[in-house]
Amino acid sequence: MWSQLRTIWTVFQHTFMRNETVEYPDEMPYAAPRYRGRIILTRDPDGEERCVACNLCAVACPVDCIALQKTEREEDGRWYPEFFRINFSRCIMCGMCEEACPTYAIQLTPDFELCEFNRDSMVYEKEHLLINGPGKYPDYSFWGVAGKTIEGKDKGEALNEAPPTDHRSLLP
Amino acid sequence: MATIIVDGERYEAKAGQNVLEAVLSQHLDLPYFCWHPAMGSVGACRQCAIMEYADENDERGRMVMACITSVRDGMRLSIAAPHAARFRESVIEWLMENHPHDCPVCEEGGECHLQDMTVMTGHSQRRYRGTKRTWRNQDLGPFIGHEMNRCITCYRCVRFYRDYAGGTDLEALGSRSRMYFGRAADGKLESEFSGNLVEVCPTGVFTDRPFSKQYTRKWDLQSAPSVCPGCAVGCNIFPSERYGDLKRVHNRYHGEINGYFLCDRGRFGSHFVNDPSRIRKAGMRVDDEVFEARGADTAIDALGEMLRDGKAVGIGSPRASVEANFALRSLVGRDSFCNGLGEGDAELIALALDIHGRGGARIPTLTDVEAADAVLVLGEDVLNTAPRVALAMRQAARGTAFEMAGAAAIPDWQDAGIRGHAQGRLSPVFLATTLPTRIDDIAADTLHATPQDIARAGYAIAHRIDGDFAAPEGAVADDFVDRVAAALGKAKQPLIVTGTGSADPAVMQAAANIAWALRARGGDPALLIAPHEANSFGAGMLDGGLTLDAALEAVRSGAARTLVVMENDLYRRADYERVDAALASGAEVVVIDSIENATAQAANLLLPAATYAECNGTFVNYEGRAQRFYQVFEPAAEDEIAPSWMWIRRAAKAAGRDGCDWSGIEDLVRACAENVPALAAIPEAAPTAGYRGKADTRIPRQPHRYSGRTAMRADVNVHEPKPTVDDETPFAYSMEGQNTGRQPGAAVPYVWSPGWNSNQSVFKFQQEVGGGLSGGDPGVRLIAAETGSNGADARPFRSPPAAFASGDGFRLLPLHAIFGSDELSARSWPVAETSPSPYIVLNPEDARELGVARGDGVKCDALPVSVEVRIDAAMTPGTAACVCGLPDMPGPLPADPVEFVRDPDFERATEIIARG
Ligand code: SF4
Ligand code: SF4
Ligand code: SF4
Ligand code: SF4
Ligand code: FES
Repeated sequence: MWSQLRTIWTVFQHTFMRNETVEYPDEMPYAAPRYRGRIILTRDPDGEERCVACNLCAVACPVDCIALQKTEREEDGRWYPEFFRINFSRCIMCGMCEEACPTYAIQLTPDFELCEFNRDSMVYEKEHLLINGPGKYPDYSFWGVAGKTIEGKDKGEALNEAPPTDHRSLLP
Repeated sequence: MATIIVDGERYEAKAGQNVLEAVLSQHLDLPYFCWHPAMGSVGACRQCAIMEYADENDERGRMVMACITSVRDGMRLSIAAPHAARFRESVIEWLMENHPHDCPVCEEGGECHLQDMTVMTGHSQRRYRGTKRTWRNQDLGPFIGHEMNRCITCYRCVRFYRDYAGGTDLEALGSRSRMYFGRAADGKLESEFSGNLVEVCPTGVFTDRPFSKQYTRKWDLQSAPSVCPGCAVGCNIFPSERYGDLKRVHNRYHGEINGYFLCDRGRFGSHFVNDPSRIRKAGMRVDDEVFEARGADTAIDALGEMLRDGKAVGIGSPRASVEANFALRSLVGRDSFCNGLGEGDAELIALALDIHGRGGARIPTLTDVEAADAVLVLGEDVLNTAPRVALAMRQAARGTAFEMAGAAAIPDWQDAGIRGHAQGRLSPVFLATTLPTRIDDIAADTLHATPQDIARAGYAIAHRIDGDFAAPEGAVADDFVDRVAAALGKAKQPLIVTGTGSADPAVMQAAANIAWALRARGGDPALLIAPHEANSFGAGMLDGGLTLDAALEAVRSGAARTLVVMENDLYRRADYERVDAALASGAEVVVIDSIENATAQAANLLLPAATYAECNGTFVNYEGRAQRFYQVFEPAAEDEIAPSWMWIRRAAKAAGRDGCDWSGIEDLVRACAENVPALAAIPEAAPTAGYRGKADTRIPRQPHRYSGRTAMRADVNVHEPKPTVDDETPFAYSMEGQNTGRQPGAAVPYVWSPGWNSNQSVFKFQQEVGGGLSGGDPGVRLIAAETGSNGADARPFRSPPAAFASGDGFRLLPLHAIFGSDELSARSWPVAETSPSPYIVLNPEDARELGVARGDGVKCDALPVSVEVRIDAAMTPGTAACVCGLPDMPGPLPADPVEFVRDPDFERATEIIARG
């Protein structure tokens, strides 16, 4: 009896509390930048695609909803995904892919509005995923750290690299 | 046997082994880099540190390098001891100081021994803050990529390339911290075994370039145990697929054949599977030029009609499985079946099988080849026709070094010690070939002559060993004969290597005579006869009632109204005119093949056959070993590709023929074994489809981390299809199930073990490092491998040929090219880029008389195009060597002499590689 009365009292108290429910979609709730919503592929500070098609996101994904194929651009030697596909109808927004990505290419965003009437519409290809900016990490450039040469970054020019060694040198 | 105690547990070990081998043989985890099971120890990397204790009271112990410490009975060791573990972690940290931040863009990533060892030692935080060394890379040709920054200076590459494979153009250059592993200058790596660098290098310095172009991580590759279709050696391979493309071929360890290494034809020769010119749909010729895809059902109905109408002739193929050949033979009847070997080849293969059947000499595995203490190669350019045999022969040449080391109590894994002690001394290897070969550097003596004269020398050697054997009349190369006879006579395990390459039965007969002569003198000879195609012996065992010429004649004359050609390009097997006459005779020509070729272009009805990667089957290799290859992936659903035998089964049904309604490949294998006595044992080559192992699971074709399953096909349909249930094999098109290594060796689809993502994990699948697979080495020998009691049947051959005498014109002699002579691999783009354009080799005198120099072109009636001239003083005057099997070259060479004239309009193709 006492317990029931106490419950009724608690419910009654809520009448005077601040309203948590928002009038979605007329009013948008706040989602923090690190909210785990719709996934994007970002670009390097130099504007090129960040993703190097390393497949780490794909293997990290617990539901296996990422598939991609590596290719290489003849002109600049960068690795790219030839195609990059996320099946959002399978994605559980766990963020493992972002965690695994060594280039900050794949990022989850605060956009959670991913409803479709048709499951087919939830299959996103690279052109749907790729945005024009660096996302949450404006400064990082994987190619500036990696040892592999690309157009515009020779051996010895990456972070903490000495100039190329001359193996013909006879100096002690 | 010795007992060692590791971390308190007692294990068996072999005395004389090193400690690393011993612990790995027990499937314990101990990191290492520079040691390689096939190349021994040099103690360079210090990664394999382990603690050794004097006795049970010793608590301090001392640290030793496992790979250069011999096992002693009662030895007390510890892998887990903190001191050794810390040391191993430090070694990795040092190696990592200069390592680039490359893993995401490195082809080795995910199957990298350096990654594995880093994780295994526990090194996780970079403390070094200085700069990293960098290097410039080299262009090493179409096969191998180079990314020198990733090197950890373990020396494995040069030890394989130079010491093991005899290459000269890859070197360790530089001094102190400037060590560079590359060539003196950019250029294609010359060795025919360069692809093994990809697997030997524990890091991503040397990578598979064609694979990189369409790169996929190892964890995403679907694989199955398979057998190389490149030649008759039958190396075991792992072909791997993703998104419907065959991505790469890796070595599949076989304890008696290929061991850890493949040749480059095998490794890079499989991209024909992805070729855009693949036949993908069943088609019918609607008028002279135009082919139309008409759907499989219509095509089969039409074929059924043709078969019902009149007599059909079937031509099989030595590049198709025994099952497919047997299916065709069942369809057309034995009397109307030809096994697809050309006239000359058929005779040679039958002779080879006859010689092996008579007994009297062992048929050597490649391990036996390596153990031979004297080798004679008679008339076969093995490096170009059975490449992996040449690599094994190089190891045989090192036998003396091991023997000397044994006498000096140097253990057999002590690589540097053995080399230093031997000072380059080699076991006797003798090479009798038409032209110098790229293994002449290990030869004690060589003879360059026509096949006829080589055969005479062979007869003379046999006669010199045992006077009862027929001697040739007239002069032979006496010095050579004496030296060979003496060396073979002294040897404990002499080996004679020959093959079908010189297209002369006398050569093979002479080789058999030598082996039998040695046997008659109480020796234990081995005789290796190398045919040229993956299933030459299988086709030979399935002989039908027709020779190729008879089959073609039956079609030409109208005796047969329908010709069914399966996986064979007849223009490679018989004269152009003969084939043309048959194909244009008005008979219905049905071609079942995977690739577009001249025969397929002449077909009225074309059925798309599966390649070796898309079907199951059996090949019989040079040892007479039947080995099963399994389907790696399913052809795309929109294509009509199906195994040849399935087309045949459907055709038989449509035609209302009995006896061809096999329920599946297993049923077909059984039927084949029951009907062909020589093939009676083939069901034992591999486990049945019902095999489930202890865990009662199928064996997965995909590693357990296979990714993207819910997205790969989502662009077509967001609902994932149910994986195909494979009733034909013990494998599943899925990642579920167990691949533990305890299953039969023939059923290992990939190697992986916890903590060992790289191919080094193979030791977990072996009984002991470098030994047989835990589940037994694959395959079943169809011909007795040992000399049995039937050795008495070995009646020697008694008709040595007459000496070669030059007359008018040039006698054409066959040459073979590792890259180009094999039909399928020549369609693989990396191999095609490396193949030579057609050429002939002339003696300098002859060339002068013809008025041609190196690089000029000549033409003759027998060759459809003008060919480039190369000149070699070793060429017998009056002969011209011509590379067989290249596009535009005739299959069988004309027996009659030909006349060459200079072609003033000839333009030399730009050579990608300077060779020959
Ligand atoms: S958020 Fe999770 S489920 Fe979605 S793609 Fe990334 S890893 Fe896969
Ligand atoms: S982990 Fe990052 S870089 Fe690698 S494939 Fe995924 S998105 Fe691209
Ligand atoms: S290139 Fe590879 S195999 Fe050669 S020394 Fe460096 S790490 Fe070792
Ligand atoms: S081509 Fe011959 S030697 Fe080379 S890998 Fe294939 S089977 Fe082995
Ligand atoms: S493996 Fe023992 S020192 Fe390199």
